[in-house]
Amino acid sequence: MHMADTLISPAVGGIMWAASVGAIAYSIKKTGDDLEQKKIPIMGVMGAFVFAAQMINFSIPMTGSSGHIGGGMLLSILLGPYAGFLTMASILAIQALFFADGGLLAFGCNVFNMGFYTCFVAYQLIYRRIIHRGFSAGRIFTASMLTAVIGLQLGSFSVVLQTLFSGKTELPFAAFTLMMQPIHLAIGIVEGLITSAVVVFIWKARPEIVERSAQGEPIGNVSVKRVVAALAAAVVITGGMLSWFASSYPDGLEWSVFNTNGNSEIESSGEVHTTMSDIQSKTAFLPDYGFKVPEEEAQQGAEGGGERWPSVNAGTSVSGLVGGVMTLALAALSGLAIALIKRGKKAGAA
Amino acid sequence: MTNITNSLYTIRFFDMAARKGTFIHRIHPVAKLLAAITYILVASSFGKYDIIPLLPLVFYPVVLLAVGDIPVMPVAKRMLLAGPFIAGMGILNPLFDHGVFYVGGVSIGAGWIACMSLIIKGALTVMSALLLIAITGMDKTAQALRMLKVPRAFVLQLLLTYRYISVLMEETARVLTAYNLRASARKGSGKGVKKNAWGSLAGQLLLRTLGRAERVHGAMLMRGFNGEYNTGELAPMNIKDIAYLAIWVLFFAAVRIYNIPALIGLLITGVL
Amino acid sequence: MSDYITSVKNLVYTYPDGHTAVRDISFEIKRGESIGIIGANGAGKSTLLMLIMGLLMPQSGEIWVEELKVTPKSLTAVRQRIGMVLQDPDDQLFMANVYDDVAFGPRNYKLDEAEVNERVTKALQTVGILYLKDRPPFRLSGGEKRAAAIASVLSMQPGILVMDEPTSSLDPKARRRLISMLKELSQTKIITSHDMDMVMEVCDRAIVLKEGRIAADGLARDILADCRLLEECGLESPLSLQNCPLCGSKKQDPGH
Repeated sequence: MHMADTLISPAVGGIMWAASVGAIAYSIKKTGDDLEQKKIPIMGVMGAFVFAAQMINFSIPMTGSSGHIGGGMLLSILLGPYAGFLTMASILAIQALFFADGGLLAFGCNVFNMGFYTCFVAYQLIYRRIIHRGFSAGRIFTASMLTAVIGLQLGSFSVVLQTLFSGKTELPFAAFTLMMQPIHLAIGIVEGLITSAVVVFIWKARPEIVERSAQGEPIGNVSVKRVVAALAAAVVITGGMLSWFASSYPDGLEWSVFNTNGNSEIESSGEVHTTMSDIQSKTAFLPDYGFKVPEEEAQQGAEGGGERWPSVNAGTSVSGLVGGVMTLALAALSGLAIALIKRGKKAGAA
Repeated sequence: MTNITNSLYTIRFFDMAARKGTFIHRIHPVAKLLAAITYILVASSFGKYDIIPLLPLVFYPVVLLAVGDIPVMPVAKRMLLAGPFIAGMGILNPLFDHGVFYVGGVSIGAGWIACMSLIIKGALTVMSALLLIAITGMDKTAQALRMLKVPRAFVLQLLLTYRYISVLMEETARVLTAYNLRASARKGSGKGVKKNAWGSLAGQLLLRTLGRAERVHGAMLMRGFNGEYNTGELAPMNIKDIAYLAIWVLFFAAVRIYNIPALIGLLITGVL
Repeated sequence: MSDYITSVKNLVYTYPDGHTAVRDISFEIKRGESIGIIGANGAGKSTLLMLIMGLLMPQSGEIWVEELKVTPKSLTAVRQRIGMVLQDPDDQLFMANVYDDVAFGPRNYKLDEAEVNERVTKALQTVGILYLKDRPPFRLSGGEKRAAAIASVLSMQPGILVMDEPTSSLDPKARRRLISMLKELSQTKIITSHDMDMVMEVCDRAIVLKEGRIAADGLARDILADCRLLEECGLESPLSLQNCPLCGSKKQDPGH
């Protein structure tokens, strides 16, 4: 479920970064002195554990396939939501840097999709509610199952929204949702099964570990609700803003691939589509959405003022292609040249 | 098991790569981090049908690989592992996007263009994150994070997780070997750990991990740890570091503003 | 506190689960002494070390390190005087590279970076691995890890070194190097081990623990030669004192 840099726009990435940084800062504050002292080494080592445990294949009876442990829920059950969330964030950072799972820009999205929903929403609203009535293997199972399924549903839906608002790939909302949600329902059930098996085992062997973290934390319920409410509001507002941007950009009215000095033109399904040529839009952070002429106006322009949008100029398109090939060739050559010069130096020194 | 071996190899590879002493390795980690972030922002700010204008961005990984003396194949391999998801998302474009572009008289489906753009951007952004670690290393990246005011607690925890990944992966590999040696003969559905051992196998490992966490905490306390994590101070950036950052940022900005390949193409086709 | 650098008086510790691991232990240690604490598994060695380091607090009895009584308040000062090397170096080396690890202690005591550097260099030189300073722990051999763990404690410049099983899981050469290094160190040493030959080489005094009590306390060469005592405490005399397994000839008494 890792979101990749290439699928999101800087705006979506930036907003999710801001939301995640906020949640991280809040968690650090909440864990406070407790975190400073006792919890850091436990969080650090537990993060590494989740990394290693994710590599274990658990075979799923009667299906012939295997499942994996997820991180967020196990961590919040054992460390509490705040420490669990922080640990998840550092796992995601290492995955992005070393393993190309997710990316630096998408880090915020991933922390939100895989950490926030599980640790703060699903864990707080479901796991704690159920466990509040006391521990039993049955309750741990129910709580883990529901938390895993709902956490993953929220996370995967969030992936759909982030992809959609970014507009980097053409996927109808309904089709994308119908594809993501059922897959993650299955993944959630498997994760719930495995996590509950592990938690029940720990609870039987060392009940204090599981019970301490569930009750021990004097997280006033009010403040948790406040965080959830504040972040939900932030999501709604930014979501609303983004969808406004997204809807104000007409379908298909896009930058030209072969946009050369603004002189090219694209024909799409027989309709005349237009391209933008002003520098302002090129420097815009949100090239897909921002500073665009609304659809009607653009089409009017296209129909009304033929001279503003000159006819297809094969020459400029071809020159674009030639230039592209040249650029790549130059890049490859300069790489080779540097390598050769270095080898020469080494040989000279030796 | 192969997963674990591969991951351990990956961590070792990046560690070795980061310990070379080339010009780029000696650049200040903060400059390298900021350059990489700018790069990713610029790359991801291109529109979904952009291909040609973003091609000059290829220079950045090429230069880093060459100057940093980083072996290409392991990085490329790691990159390919990230491929399926991006390719999967990309390949859906031609299904849903029926627009057509005409390029010099040839018609190309807009969906295919978007797919290609997605894959190229994916390769570039993934590559830049991997290269950042390959030329900087985890410990210096952590120092850079401290300089950028990331809270101590978070940085220390990040470093501890990094440190113990290899220890715990080796431990997990040993447990799995012990399990497989005794359980592989049994018939069951698929490979992997059978249901009756789910809780106990992972649970035992987890209990041992918690024990280790206690000992690590003890070791930290015994050396005067009081909740504050004190990194060695990093020297401030010098002219060379600032120049490194400035040159890349200017280059990325130029790529964003001007369609460089088109200009080169015009020049060539104009001359011909 | 005269010439005794550490003293333990009537120490008792019971774990939360009711198991009493240390029952009424008392001893005193002189400056510069090397003491081997030996005993079967579960005799209370590790608990005793954790009590001395203040990781556990005794139910009764007291521990003095130099002029300080070990209490929760004095811990910071105590831990500057006494350094402990854990049995598993992976628990001790928690930073991303050897240098940062050895510098961890001095930096916690807010020394300036020049002094930190001086101490780290000196500690790494003492254990002979200065050339490994930029390596991450996962690229060290078992012996190198052990040396780095010792350096991480030496950089705090403690007067007393406490070591838990320093020779465990080392290959013969690494073990030999470690023993010569331990002999060179001038600090007061408290070492627990099952490696009787190492104890005989490194320590001048031995304390035998049995079921949480001191079964014997005396010169290492006397205690290690007392087969009956060792047998009763679940131990075995050093290989170097046993008969030759090939020809059956008796080894020479170490006292001669």
